Amino acid sequence: MENKKTELKVSAIENGTVIDHIPQGHVLQVMRILNLENFNDQIYFGANLDSKKFGKKGIIKVSNRFFEDTEINKIAMVAPTATLIEIRNYEVVKKTGVSIPDEVVGLIKCFNPKCITNHEHVTTRFTVVDKTDIKVKCHHCEKITKKQHIEFIS
Amino acid sequence: MMKNRSLISINDYSKEEILHILKLAEEFEANPRQKILSNYVIATLFFEPSTRTRLSFESAINQLGGRVIGFSDSSNSSVSKGETLRDTIETVSLYSDLIVMRHPLEGSARFASELNGTPVINAGDGANQHPTQCLLDLYSIQKTQGTLDNLDIAFVGDLKYGRTVHSLVIAMTMFKNTRFHLVSPMELKLPRSIKDFIISAGLHYHQYEDINDVIGKADILYMTRIQRERFADQLEYERVKNAYILENSMLENSKNNIKVLHPFPRVNEINQNVDSNPKAYYFQQAQNGVFVRQALLASILGLK
Repeated sequence: MENKKTELKVSAIENGTVIDHIPQGHVLQVMRILNLENFNDQIYFGANLDSKKFGKKGIIKVSNRFFEDTEINKIAMVAPTATLIEIRNYEVVKKTGVSIPDEVVGLIKCFNPKCITNHEHVTTRFTVVDKTDIKVKCHHCEKITKKQHIEFIS
Repeated sequence: MMKNRSLISINDYSKEEILHILKLAEEFEANPRQKILSNYVIATLFFEPSTRTRLSFESAINQLGGRVIGFSDSSNSSVSKGETLRDTIETVSLYSDLIVMRHPLEGSARFASELNGTPVINAGDGANQHPTQCLLDLYSIQKTQGTLDNLDIAFVGDLKYGRTVHSLVIAMTMFKNTRFHLVSPMELKLPRSIKDFIISAGLHYHQYEDINDVIGKADILYMTRIQRERFADQLEYERVKNAYILENSMLENSKNNIKVLHPFPRVNEINQNVDSNPKAYYFQQAQNGVFVRQALLASILGLK
């Protein structure tokens, strides 16, 4: 039943992307990191929806917007279970799960206030050391930033 | 094999590379005044103060016939006018063959090493890394014990923030059967991430609060300074500070081969009455820094 409802919602946009299976409590964060707050076309989003797989989930549907790899990487950092569904002419043309990359370049800030990357214009680079709990290690200062402290470079 | 490669973190070197540097350092100890750097200019950029590291680098370079440019205090440079680290490094790399730098910000040396190909030796980047100290500690251990395997190493004092402790623990996990004895107040225990290194290497550590519990077992007693500012509760600092002071009499029942090391500067954690004990090795340790740094310079410049 729940799946059917989701399908109905998916088919409600003509062209665009559905970001499904966002972990509970992370919908607004995904909106923020993708800068959807300033997007002018139609956006629907739902939170705390029932999900067979995850218990509760969030979903975002964005009309006329498709995402690039760097943006998908961003989603993976906060919503590793998310699925991106590409819709063209009301049809699902592609479904992709996000995957956490081994390395994250130029996307996030280092949590360490004494890291050089927070003081000079330096492209940040992190190695993902834990893909389950999301922990990244700064290439420069070697400190670990945990998921709850990840801040994206705007 | 290390030609033109920067040294930023002790993790940049494999065990074989570390042993190669230690072997070369022996050569330099036997003959420290080979004029192999006579055609080289080395920059020493110290954005924050240092005594031993800067002077031992400069002594190492001078003894090998090289020239030194640089500053020992950033207030004497354009940094005081707001120049970026990038601009300073880009410029100095045009004037020198290799850059030795100490900087208060963590990751600064890695950043500098990736700018334009001039090799960089990290002489300390904030609380992060100080790999040349680690190498000279390893050299001192090997020289006094004849091996880096099967040793009981006791670390005493501030194990939480001391970067030299972290690097040395990590480096010693490369050697067979190292037993780590960790002596610190509750507030200053070795971080979990470093203990994980020990475990994942299949080695063991023991934790203590009383220094007297380890003196009889240790081959190396690695002392560190406990800093007042590390304590949220000043009363707690007053309570523990005297418990981590080494007195000469405490070494009476120690092993014959034990050596006391300290990265220095010391304040009062080793009483001066220990200095004349042959088991005290911290001044020779500082001297070893010259030979190890000569080995590194020669190696990175492709001269050995």
